[in-house]
Amino acid sequence: MYLGRLPRALFAFAVLVGLAFIYVPLGVVIVNSFNASKVFSWPPTQFTTHWWSAALTNDGVRAALLTSVRAGLGATLIAVVLGTALSFALVRYEFFGRTSVNFLVVLPISLPGIVTGIALNTSFTTLLQPLGISLGLFTVVLGHATFCIVVVFNNVSARLRRTGTSLDEASADLGASLWQTFRYVTLPQLRSSIVAGALLAFALSFDEIVVTTFTAGPGVQTLPQWIFNNLFRPNQGPIVNAVAALLLLVFVAPVWLAERLSGADRTASAGRM
Amino acid sequence: MSTDVALRPSPTGGGRSHALSRYLATHARARLAALLSLPLAWVLVLYIGSLALMIVAAFWSVDSFTGNVVHSFTWANFQTLVTQPVYRDVALRSLGIAIAVTVIDGLLALPIAIYAAKITPSPRVRYAIVILTTMPLWAGYLVKAYAWRIMLDTNGVLDWVLSPLGLHGPGLGLTATVLALSYLWLPYMIMPVYAALDRMPNSLVDASADLGAGPLRTMRSVVLPIILPGIVAGSIFTFSLSLGDYIMVKIVGGTTQMFANIVYDNIGVAGNLPFAAAAATFPILVVIGYLTAVRRTGALENL
Repeated sequence: MYLGRLPRALFAFAVLVGLAFIYVPLGVVIVNSFNASKVFSWPPTQFTTHWWSAALTNDGVRAALLTSVRAGLGATLIAVVLGTALSFALVRYEFFGRTSVNFLVVLPISLPGIVTGIALNTSFTTLLQPLGISLGLFTVVLGHATFCIVVVFNNVSARLRRTGTSLDEASADLGASLWQTFRYVTLPQLRSSIVAGALLAFALSFDEIVVTTFTAGPGVQTLPQWIFNNLFRPNQGPIVNAVAALLLLVFVAPVWLAERLSGADRTASAGRM
Repeated sequence: MSTDVALRPSPTGGGRSHALSRYLATHARARLAALLSLPLAWVLVLYIGSLALMIVAAFWSVDSFTGNVVHSFTWANFQTLVTQPVYRDVALRSLGIAIAVTVIDGLLALPIAIYAAKITPSPRVRYAIVILTTMPLWAGYLVKAYAWRIMLDTNGVLDWVLSPLGLHGPGLGLTATVLALSYLWLPYMIMPVYAALDRMPNSLVDASADLGAGPLRTMRSVVLPIILPGIVAGSIFTFSLSLGDYIMVKIVGGTTQMFANIVYDNIGVAGNLPFAAAAATFPILVVIGYLTAVRRTGALENL
């Protein structure tokens, strides 16, 4: 787009302001995790790594981390299987009601989390509890999988749209069975998008708090729940801050990897994640 | 885009799995059914079924003596929601917050997306901006909420920055909630707007300039109409996610209440599931109304 020098500079300035808006608060969390003061005070006057070691050895944090990883793995596994199948069905086939199915599928991420949470809570407590199945980690996995499916679906669909069907047809023409075509032709083209979808699904599950709150049974505490429950306790402030800073750094790796794996799809089509 | 191609039977015949494979290879409908049945059943039974049950539960009540849910039809929950002014105030406030967040995110996202997609000549800068603006999406909801608490709390970072100027930050409250929610959902606005701009051919802008339009006129008459589906797609997230939020407002909102707090408090503290379910129909109606209203702009394909 042709623009004069001044408008270009103004746009560049807006980008810098936007990036500062995004990164300054995150930087503050990292800096403040080394703040030696027991109660929050800014600016920090002394620095320590004590809160980091306290956070890493905290039993509550460790137990919550384990619960989060379990829930994330369970939800991701379900999401990969169902999300991939769904994207094949919706991208590669024309059928009556396809747009409606598409609409239904994106509902779990379009409706506020509290709606998903309370809907699942209603059906779990009304239908499962009389059967003797109470809320627990299992119900958290079901809840998380419901919206994780959408993430895998978005990633794999974008790849399917981009790759087209000519290689699959060539494989079939050369006599490969359906399974062989899938295993040796389709899957290798999709693999990185499935991995990216899985990583993002795991990240999304790992971060989820609203749906977790409504589907977790007593005694099940994920890491976000631990943070939320300890956020307002005065003595826990510095440890919560250190956990938050740790999460910031831990999140960078899988998401950066997912971005690398699916970058081409993303620029080829809009995709939320 | 059907892949209903005629396939030769596999040369390595025999075996039940091969029979199944051959059957599926020649029957596209069976293939579709195999792919679609499980995920669709999951979404329909678990999600849509739960939503339906929740709407039914909205018409139940709670026995005030035993605290048990009474499974008989009543309009009482909705009557309370409509007639009590406190609920109307909270509903309007939540709508106002959601609209404010959407407008702020739109205004912040547009220049960033325009610069990345259309102005910078360097693909590296473009890639860097896209990555840098989308990465924080995964930084963790509570981490970001916590960050804004540190930023805005009394004697927090903003107060410290502004104090040499004799000013102070907004503190915790309604402004803080709008600010923090705008921060939280900004990447959801940048991504679809950027994608829409990226798809728009540059020749359209050049043509507009050749025909004598200035940058503002080109923006208004050419660029904005084309990227509107992207903006609307982003607004679905910023609006819907803000409307349903109750955690951010607890962390940075001081005593401010949003509509989702009513839902949450009735499930948790009061143990009144039917009333919570009735309250939850408000965001559902608003969001579904919004989705149907914007459907014709093609925004849903831009999600």
